[in-house]
Amino acid sequence: MNELTLVEAVRLALARALEDDPRVILLGEDIGVNGGVFRATDGLAARFGADRVRDTPLAETAIAGIAVGAAAHGLRPVAEIQFMGFLYPALDQLANHAARLRNRTRGRLSCPMVLRAPFGGGIHAPEHHSESFEAMLAHVPGLRVVVPSSPARAYGLLLAAIRDPDPVVFLEPKRLYRSVREEVADDGAALPLDRALILSAGDDVTLVTWGAMVQEAREAVERMATEGVLVDLIDLCSLKPIDRATIRRSVAKTGRCVVLHEAPLTAGLGAEIAADLAEHCLTDLLAPIRRVAPPDVVIPYPRLEDQYMPTAGQVVGAIREVMEFS
Amino acid sequence: MARFDFGPVRVLDQAGNVETTLPGFARDREALARHYRAMVLTRQFDTKAVALQRTGRLGTFASSLGQEAVSVGVASAMRDQDVFLPSFREHGGQLWRGVTLKELFLFWGGDERGNDFSGHRMDFPACIPVATQFPQAAGVALAMQAQGTGGVAVPVGGDGATSKGDFYEAMNIAGAWALPVVFVISNNQWAISVPLAAQTRAVAISDKAMAAGIPGGRVDGNDVIAVRAMMERALERARSGGGATLIEAVTYRLGDHTTADDSKRYRNEAEVSAHWKAEPLVRLRAHLVQEHGWTKEEEETLQRSCREDVETAAEAYLATGLQPPRAIIDHLFESVPEDLAQRFGEAGYE
Repeated sequence: MNELTLVEAVRLALARALEDDPRVILLGEDIGVNGGVFRATDGLAARFGADRVRDTPLAETAIAGIAVGAAAHGLRPVAEIQFMGFLYPALDQLANHAARLRNRTRGRLSCPMVLRAPFGGGIHAPEHHSESFEAMLAHVPGLRVVVPSSPARAYGLLLAAIRDPDPVVFLEPKRLYRSVREEVADDGAALPLDRALILSAGDDVTLVTWGAMVQEAREAVERMATEGVLVDLIDLCSLKPIDRATIRRSVAKTGRCVVLHEAPLTAGLGAEIAADLAEHCLTDLLAPIRRVAPPDVVIPYPRLEDQYMPTAGQVVGAIREVMEFS
Repeated sequence: MARFDFGPVRVLDQAGNVETTLPGFARDREALARHYRAMVLTRQFDTKAVALQRTGRLGTFASSLGQEAVSVGVASAMRDQDVFLPSFREHGGQLWRGVTLKELFLFWGGDERGNDFSGHRMDFPACIPVATQFPQAAGVALAMQAQGTGGVAVPVGGDGATSKGDFYEAMNIAGAWALPVVFVISNNQWAISVPLAAQTRAVAISDKAMAAGIPGGRVDGNDVIAVRAMMERALERARSGGGATLIEAVTYRLGDHTTADDSKRYRNEAEVSAHWKAEPLVRLRAHLVQEHGWTKEEEETLQRSCREDVETAAEAYLATGLQPPRAIIDHLFESVPEDLAQRFGEAGYE
């Protein structure tokens, strides 16, 4: 087996999808000869041709709109938006069309497309290159929103997203593109799209997170273990729909929950998870739910970026707090 | 300023006299009668829809009064494998493409089943967010190109839509990739309350094609023969690999923007009255009478038959029961996610 980085796993899944299904095409800015600004599509244009791995003009609205049209007419487009900060012009097509086409035609037309975008901060990128507004996307009925947190999950979830008959926004935590390696079997096996994964099992406290923050979460889990506190660590994987059952089951067991995300606090997905637990697990809860998330600020320029990103230390603090509550 | 003008700008004058050479299809009495009937049917549908809305039996409705020739002429030039991506004022084209009157009533009456067309199953439902159908048409065309179907995507929008970035982005890509698209602008001179002069400084909307390096043509949109003729040439060009074309069909919105609008607030009656002289049905009827001996009896029979079709469809629409409550979740995804089904149950809908 092969130890791959996350971006290599994305490329492997894209190549597998192009190989397996002639309906699959890739489109986006600089994804052809250049192989994408993060090299996610490196070599794919040479292997599958410029018609199937297509450089588009610099036009995000059109990229999304073309994906909608092509998907409705029988292709399986996988479109890349170069950075999540440039995804806003595509929201109109996503929310008004991709998410609704099946519903408004009572199933006559559908929109099996994937919109990929690198997201999140922590790599000291320029302004507008570090956003994480996944909650805005998760709020749109009819869209699936998926975030992998490791190379193997990137491979399996991306294949699932491409094979799914409905639109999926696939957000790639770019801080993890090259910072982690993992064995990835190119077996063409997809992971389920609406299941959270339990990354470590513990009876004391539930920690829910996704994407790059899984790194901080893991570190916090290790540090808590030295204090004798065992954490049920849940990687959400699918931000829409949310696998509420897995979270509820965990909290029924632990009675304590911390949610960690890199996106700003207010109306972030942590709020939805906390509300769901308040609705369904109130009698199981032994302590208030804690959210670890940055305040409602614009992500700073690189020199102050570290002030923004949640740390393992903050997670440890939150876990201690809910453990000490009685 | 250079222009890529081509094709007949006008075939019939306002009195129905032939100004230039008639294209092949327009020499056939039956073919002309079919176009005429489609326009009459559209107008009868519009009249009935407004009446139903005024009496609380239909939702907000956008009439296509005065613009029937654009819609019918565009659709009648299309083939089965082509895909129509209309805006919300293209009832004539939709009917020509096989959408039923009942389906149109259902759509405007607030029922999604109106978009589950009986006709061309790959056609898009009417697009409400202005200009968003243009990039989608480029996507449909990309799929057609990849599949080698020989089909052409035909999006239709209004003059206001040409102020949006979506329009330019789509035309630009369609130009760069030589996509089989015919962009149609039904220029009815008004975007709700904003007249064309306040919308753009462009002399002609068709000139906007130059920015994308594709040909742009300008046609009298109240002359169904001219519209169809220009469409045929653009479609043929797209089919033979020549790429995209922009067609501006100049017409006039004789009615309000929708039943929720009152155009007396922003335009004067004299302007509207003047445009009634150029409306498309009178022109084609005059031509039929002069050149093909169209009789009073034929006219009455046709009007009656259209009225009956519309009445029958309206009754069928009004007699259509609601969808079951579960229909609000059943079509969002191919299979309903567990989370959604559970929430639907919890919320007390079932």
